[in-house]
Amino acid sequence: MRSEAGVLISGQVPLRVRLAQRGLDGVTLLVLPAVLFIVGLFIYPFVYGLVLSFEPKEGGWLANYAKFFADPYLYTTIGKTLWLAVPVTVLNVLVSIPIALRVRLMRRQRLLTTILVVPITLGTVLVAEGLLNYLGPRGWLNRVILTIGFSDSPVRLIHNYWGVFMSLVITGFPFTFLLTLSYITGIDPSLEQAGAMLGARARQRFREIMLPLLFPGLVITFCLSFVQAFSVFPSAVLLGAPAGDTRVISIAAYQAAFEDYDYSMASAIAMIMAFVQVLIVAALLGLQNAFYRGPAGGGKG
Amino acid sequence: MSSKEFRQLRLENMSRDFGLLNALKGVNLTVQRGEFVALLGPSGCGKSTALNCLAGLLPLTAGSIWLDEARIDLLGPEARGFGMVFQNYALFPHMSVRKNIGFGLRMQRRPKAEIARKVEEALKLVRLEAQAEKLPGQISGGQQQRVAIARAIVVEPPLVLMDEPLSNLDAKLRLEMRAEIRRIHNLLGCATIYVTHDQDEALSLADRIVVLRDGQVRQVGTPEALYARPEHADVAEFMGYRNLIASRAVRAGNGVQVRVGDAVLTGVPVDVDEGEALAAIRPEDLVPMADGPIAATVMTAEYRGRDFYGLANMADGTELFFRSEARVAAGDALRLGADPSRVLVYAQ
Repeated sequence: MRSEAGVLISGQVPLRVRLAQRGLDGVTLLVLPAVLFIVGLFIYPFVYGLVLSFEPKEGGWLANYAKFFADPYLYTTIGKTLWLAVPVTVLNVLVSIPIALRVRLMRRQRLLTTILVVPITLGTVLVAEGLLNYLGPRGWLNRVILTIGFSDSPVRLIHNYWGVFMSLVITGFPFTFLLTLSYITGIDPSLEQAGAMLGARARQRFREIMLPLLFPGLVITFCLSFVQAFSVFPSAVLLGAPAGDTRVISIAAYQAAFEDYDYSMASAIAMIMAFVQVLIVAALLGLQNAFYRGPAGGGKG
Repeated sequence: MSSKEFRQLRLENMSRDFGLLNALKGVNLTVQRGEFVALLGPSGCGKSTALNCLAGLLPLTAGSIWLDEARIDLLGPEARGFGMVFQNYALFPHMSVRKNIGFGLRMQRRPKAEIARKVEEALKLVRLEAQAEKLPGQISGGQQQRVAIARAIVVEPPLVLMDEPLSNLDAKLRLEMRAEIRRIHNLLGCATIYVTHDQDEALSLADRIVVLRDGQVRQVGTPEALYARPEHADVAEFMGYRNLIASRAVRAGNGVQVRVGDAVLTGVPVDVDEGEALAAIRPEDLVPMADGPIAATVMTAEYRGRDFYGLANMADGTELFFRSEARVAAGDALRLGADPSRVLVYAQ
């Protein structure tokens, strides 16, 4: 019931107003396409795969998982993938910190970041091609080594662990670096100056001021870089030894799906892969909670 | 680490360029032990650059800085041992108030017991005992300011540098903190260099004021001297002489007579006797008088408690800022005049 002026005279509040007070109005509808997208392209396939993994070709509902953890050819892929992804990510994060600390003071940052983004846009396959040519037995590196006489035979840098390692560093570093740079430039430079005025030397300023403020960002950077490296596939096949050292978990899933045509098994492997990633990311985020997480500014300003 | 006590700090021809811009052009200044010096000037005058050069955060492009017989301008900020209060306070957001204050002592590797005792004293000095365990983000702007001061002075530096420390506070808190800064200075007696663009702050805090303009020292003097007798017209303008009237000066006895429109004013010659001149008068000294030489019409007037302050136009359009004890309103015709000792005459 309303008066003529439209003022509410009973306790009845229209549904539209009540919804708006809870943050639901016409604008809310704009998230619908994104929701549909996520449901259609992420949640549905994920749930489908999860269900599929419990419907093996033969045996009980856990048969795929039992098979995975019984077969060394399968379960060792977890270790092999971690053995690639963890050192690569650690290296990328550790190297990007000092470089970002220096680059934030440079004036031609734009140019440098543009150069660094190029490997990302080229994609892993092109980088792998390049490495095959340059580091291969007839590549320029080995020709130089043979000519100078460092070694009598070509140094083996591809079709093994190091080939994949290098490819992951090259394609992963720009991403890690750009993230680290954005976190480092987010720290108010007057904090470091204040540290210097109070007698802290460069090393102490880094340890006492920069690192604690940077740590939460570094954890996020590590997680995102790690997830990228963990799902390595093209470079592990092209530059690695896909039957040996670099038989990563995504290769196992690929073979199950497209060589054995066992989609159920492939889904199970994908689920295990996801589980390992979630486990590591969750552990890191838990670690992050132990640190200060707030604005990295120096106060009002 | 530099000595705790020094007799004087000398800036000799201190200069700093940014590319083609000369932000500081050969500043010479001597600061005595225990002195409170304000660097005063409009924005862009080089006062913050001067402070950063002193702190060691900016290298000099020419000149030198001496602490007694030791040249310090080649040392990094961490080796100079000066305290600094930043404009945005620059408190470490991840450390409690107590840890922030103790940071400098910890960097000096003082014994734990000594650190604890001195931090406790500093907390008491700035009246923040109750906030000691909070993070900077959990306390108010005024309290953050106190932490920044405590953090800078707890290491007992020979010199404390303050970069517009009150500019982020509201008017009431600014007055409180001004008194607080002076109280702490009187208590500890460490030499302080205080950068500000607010003449009231400089006048009320400093023992000596250095007026900077375009990277050069324009005048050095006590607050009284700067207030009563600025040496240049631009310093006068900055010190509150809002009426700068272009006129012609003629020698008359001990003073000069200046012609302002049809009116003739008597004033004190500062750096000119004859010819083109600027007559500088504070608004509070230009008041209505029965036989005032200047005829003007009130344009606007506002009541500021006790007095009215207003803007009046002369017949030729010259604008004058004046004070009146009696109520005035727009449109009133007034005769304005000033005590001859309060009219300063500068070269144009």
